[in-house]
Amino acid sequence: MSLIGAAVGHRTLVRVDPIRCDGHGLCAGLLPERIRLDEWGYPIISSEPMDADLDAHARRAVAACPALALSRQPAPLPAPRTPARPPTPRSRPTGGPR
Amino acid sequence: MTAAPLVGSRTAPSGTQRLLAAVRDDGQPMSLAEHLARFGRLPTNRRGAGSWLVEEVDQAGLRGRGGAGFPTGRKMRTVAAARRRPVVLVNGSEGEPASQKDALLMQQAPHLVLDGVVAAALAVGATRAYLVVHEGTNLDGHLDRALTERAGLDERVEIVVAASAGGYVGSEESALVSWVNGAAALPAATPPRPFERGVDGRATLVVNVETVAHIALIARYGAAWFAEIGEEQEPGTVLLTVSGAAAHPGVVEAATGTRLAQVLAVAGVDPDRCSAILVGGYFGSWVPIDAALRMPVSQAGAVSVGAGLGAGVVVALDERACGLAETARVMAFLARSGAGQCGPCPYGLPAIAGAVTAIAHGTARARAHGDLERWLRVVPGRGACRHPDGAVRFAASALTTFAADVAHHATHGPCSGAHLPAVLPIPDRRSTGPRPGEPATWGSR
Repeated sequence: MSLIGAAVGHRTLVRVDPIRCDGHGLCAGLLPERIRLDEWGYPIISSEPMDADLDAHARRAVAACPALALSRQPAPLPAPRTPARPPTPRSRPTGGPR
Repeated sequence: MTAAPLVGSRTAPSGTQRLLAAVRDDGQPMSLAEHLARFGRLPTNRRGAGSWLVEEVDQAGLRGRGGAGFPTGRKMRTVAAARRRPVVLVNGSEGEPASQKDALLMQQAPHLVLDGVVAAALAVGATRAYLVVHEGTNLDGHLDRALTERAGLDERVEIVVAASAGGYVGSEESALVSWVNGAAALPAATPPRPFERGVDGRATLVVNVETVAHIALIARYGAAWFAEIGEEQEPGTVLLTVSGAAAHPGVVEAATGTRLAQVLAVAGVDPDRCSAILVGGYFGSWVPIDAALRMPVSQAGAVSVGAGLGAGVVVALDERACGLAETARVMAFLARSGAGQCGPCPYGLPAIAGAVTAIAHGTARARAHGDLERWLRVVPGRGACRHPDGAVRFAASALTTFAADVAHHATHGPCSGAHLPAVLPIPDRRSTGPRPGEPATWGSR
């Protein structure tokens, strides 16, 4: 499961130019691991970086976008690792939906 | 052409009435002669061309008063460092329908505002500045007359006053820049931001009218004076436009950190007869009255009660009024005020507005609540500008603050408040900008 140290510099993100995007939806078919569509057909893009395998699919999605709205960019380098600690539960605002 | 003394009174305004010290009680604009007698000339020649003022504004800790609250000195420093001569764009379009503070300053203290435009321009090394107001407000003619009065001052800055017809999103900074450049008043998607490349491709300092008025005072009285009052993290005073269930609606100037209860008292709001306060405008939040009363007036104070100070809009909701019906009307306005450039906004906001309307009218189907919650999650953060984010924040705050009403409407239908006259102003479809100033009712306090 550890990806630390492996190909960190090669990780990428997809992003969409919301003004160019016309909601054709091809991207979600080609890269379902990172892109899903809302109920109006516009992409909702995950901010999780992709490694080289997935990036190959991302290239195809970018190339397929009829509106030239989709692009890839290098993922920002992860923050320096802090010693592993059990996650602290965050206090939830009261009255929030469960 | 002016008989005013070259250097007038140097006495800094004391107390919390700083900007409003430039506003006459009788609602008449302050003439140049009177302005110079009160404040003296802008000290533009001290220590070079004015770059000292960037330092002064930075040390003062002034934050932008247009809504975002970004440190003004940092913005000025970035723009001043540009290779080509930068441009200043002062935003007086006051797109928030319930805000009147910038109109009040431009109407009644035009020379304080113009001092600020000149000071900001000289500070960053600009020789041209735009002051954009909303068309139909008559402020452009008014400011042009004030500029004519200043012809003898030899200010080395060319000020262009322009009236824009852009609606709610047209007053967003990248939309304004686009409009000044001759294109449509629509927000831009990606970098470069205006401070990198704006008007004519030059680095552009976009600042709000109230912000430059503060700069005009900092130029005269210094950073230490500015930071004498208010909270340490965001010092000084701030203008708030108080309306709604208020006996004396108007613009109130308060030191940051003042409890909102005091501001409401000055405007004649009876908290016992209010259910909630809208803080920050139509991108802001409904805050239950008890939390609102103890809220410190500042960006951080507003955040502490789950809101944002925005451009200082404060609307008191009468307990008999229906917060859901008010929210539904505003959501419908916001839904039709988008630029229509990005998908999630023109589809998502009407859907949200429809669901809120159905809930307010008591006609919502069972699944409407689930749909609404999903849309509120899925729409923000996906537009070129923050219009959908602000609208979603506003709607979400209504569902929380008026949760009891939501439940009541679901079982009992609309409440009697839904038939009361609207509290929150909605610009008509042709002119989506602020209404012309009404000094008789919109006095300063």
